[in-house]
Amino acid sequence: MKRTVPLLITAAGGIVLIVSFFVPYTESWGEDATMWFDILAAIAFVLGGGNLLRMHLRKVLQQQAGWGFSAITVISFVVTLGVGLLKVGVPPAENFPNHAWSGVYNAEESAFGFAYEYVFKPLTATIFSLLAFYVASAAFRAFRAKNIEALLLLGTAFLILLGRTFAGALLTAWLPERFSEFTIPELTVTIMNVFVAAGNRAIMIGIALGIASISLRVILGIDRSYLGKE
Amino acid sequence: MNPRLKNRHDAGFNRRDAKIAKIEGTALRMNLAVATFRWTAVICMCLPAGALRAQPAPANGIRAVDTPNDTGHSIDVSWQLSPDDRAEAGPHAVRGYEIARRADTPNAAFEVLEEVRAGASAYQDKKCDPWRAYFYRVVAIGADEARSVPAVTPSPVRAVMQLFNWGRGWFALIVVTVCGAILLFVQLARMGIPLKVRKIAGLAAVEEAVGRATEMGRSILFVPGIEDLKYIATVAGITVLSRVARLAAEHDAQLEVPTRRSLVMTAARETVQASFLAAGRPDAYNADRIYYVTDEQFGFAAAVAGWMMRSKPATAFYLGTFYAESLLLAETGNAIGAIQIAGTDEPAQLPFFVAACDYTLIGEELFAASAYLSGEPQQLGSLKGQDVGKTIVGVLIAVGVTLASICAITSAPRAQRVLDYLKGTVLKAAPESSE
Repeated sequence: MKRTVPLLITAAGGIVLIVSFFVPYTESWGEDATMWFDILAAIAFVLGGGNLLRMHLRKVLQQQAGWGFSAITVISFVVTLGVGLLKVGVPPAENFPNHAWSGVYNAEESAFGFAYEYVFKPLTATIFSLLAFYVASAAFRAFRAKNIEALLLLGTAFLILLGRTFAGALLTAWLPERFSEFTIPELTVTIMNVFVAAGNRAIMIGIALGIASISLRVILGIDRSYLGKE
Repeated sequence: MNPRLKNRHDAGFNRRDAKIAKIEGTALRMNLAVATFRWTAVICMCLPAGALRAQPAPANGIRAVDTPNDTGHSIDVSWQLSPDDRAEAGPHAVRGYEIARRADTPNAAFEVLEEVRAGASAYQDKKCDPWRAYFYRVVAIGADEARSVPAVTPSPVRAVMQLFNWGRGWFALIVVTVCGAILLFVQLARMGIPLKVRKIAGLAAVEEAVGRATEMGRSILFVPGIEDLKYIATVAGITVLSRVARLAAEHDAQLEVPTRRSLVMTAARETVQASFLAAGRPDAYNADRIYYVTDEQFGFAAAVAGWMMRSKPATAFYLGTFYAESLLLAETGNAIGAIQIAGTDEPAQLPFFVAACDYTLIGEELFAASAYLSGEPQQLGSLKGQDVGKTIVGVLIAVGVTLASICAITSAPRAQRVLDYLKGTVLKAAPESSE
């Protein structure tokens, strides 16, 4: 029973979504199913938040390794939730100037808005910017010319990188007009539009067929591993 | 008389006559103009002011048809532009068209729906009652609100709901063929017919990776993507997690599953618990190892990368949907020397995984992972069924490329028509409503 009901829900959901794509009368059913998912996800969010708090509080209380990070997490969580719920520093809405709580919780002047703008955004930007260094280190490793294939990869990458710079245009600017297709920027465009696009499409066709196959296995209950059954 | 002098004399007379005629003609035209002006003034005094405006010519050929492949709430109205729908028409120039409708019932009056701009020759009325008959009226509106003679549909039209969206008929046929082939091969596998599936290196290495973690006494990291459970790649990741969890339970290795979505955490817990139970190690299951981190993409990446640097897992799996954080995670794993297996449905992230991971599942391999790892004939049969889909795609590509080449070289109209049909109808999953 514990597995039969989820299996039936999965099958019904999958079939409804397929049918709604082809039968006009059922078009809204697909949207309803998606809405139900969003409701479930919203409820699960409370579950996730509770789990986060419980886990880190336990770490702090038991002073496990790295409990300092957990303490920062718990404090940040409680403070952000508190200032958001209590609307600390939120100016009243224009239509209701006499009601202190009428403004939106994330107004720019609010404590929540301040935390978002001056704490959260710089932190996420910092992590994102690390990507530049990681790309450099990964490229350095990937483009080592160990064999013919690696050499080809290196050559193509070099050409693409050069084609995206002013130097690329400058280096082949002397070529006559009728050979313009062989300038480095044009070669870059050809590589991206022909070779890369063809490879990408092949991968995407494979992904689409894979999705069809796994969807069918899940809908028909052939693959039940997500329910923990072989 | 000298003929030359005679000609000159005649020419002089002709010029004089022409001058007289011109003067007379001008006088006549002036008289006419004065008379016209007088009569116009008289008419202007007699007629109401509205009739004086420059009335544009009406729109022609108004036509209303039921919108195809819809739920029966829409009718397409089209018309030919008024001859005055051009800037050169001066004061007669059309500013827009007023569309009105009335139900096909006695005493029903036209209600205005909308005014569309000049140059528009179609309108879709999306607020129809199913099966109710309507007449449509189009009036060209000129400058100063001058209205043309109305053009009305000759017969009523009903909005009808279609049982099947035939615009997606070809797509339905392809879906049925591919799904039918998958089911056929599943059935063949159930009957015991041996099916060969090629070796996937990344999946063959799963057991080795889990064993390595056990030998080193370190944990296994499994990230089932960063998207929610409604993404099929996440489901694929969870199905692989089930196999990995079973292996981890059998090898007595520790499994760490951080998630970015609460629902994924719940599903992952259920899956891992069931796998530990299936492996006969329910006592080894620890729910705290499967936890929610944050919904924020880079917050999640920072938390997981930080944990990796501190705990140094021996093995890392990244299977699901990933975006920019793919390289952040994979490079961190590479830096700590973990054996890494990755797979994603985001083609843009594949190069990063290829560069930083030991094994990468490309394209359909991620979705084949669960079936491959299970080794069950019926699941492997579904993988063989995909090959029929690949064959269809291959044939369509070959036909399309051939036709496009023929069109480019010879400009053959028949080949162009077939190519247009292939591109516009067969390969178009959701054609727009005809206008």
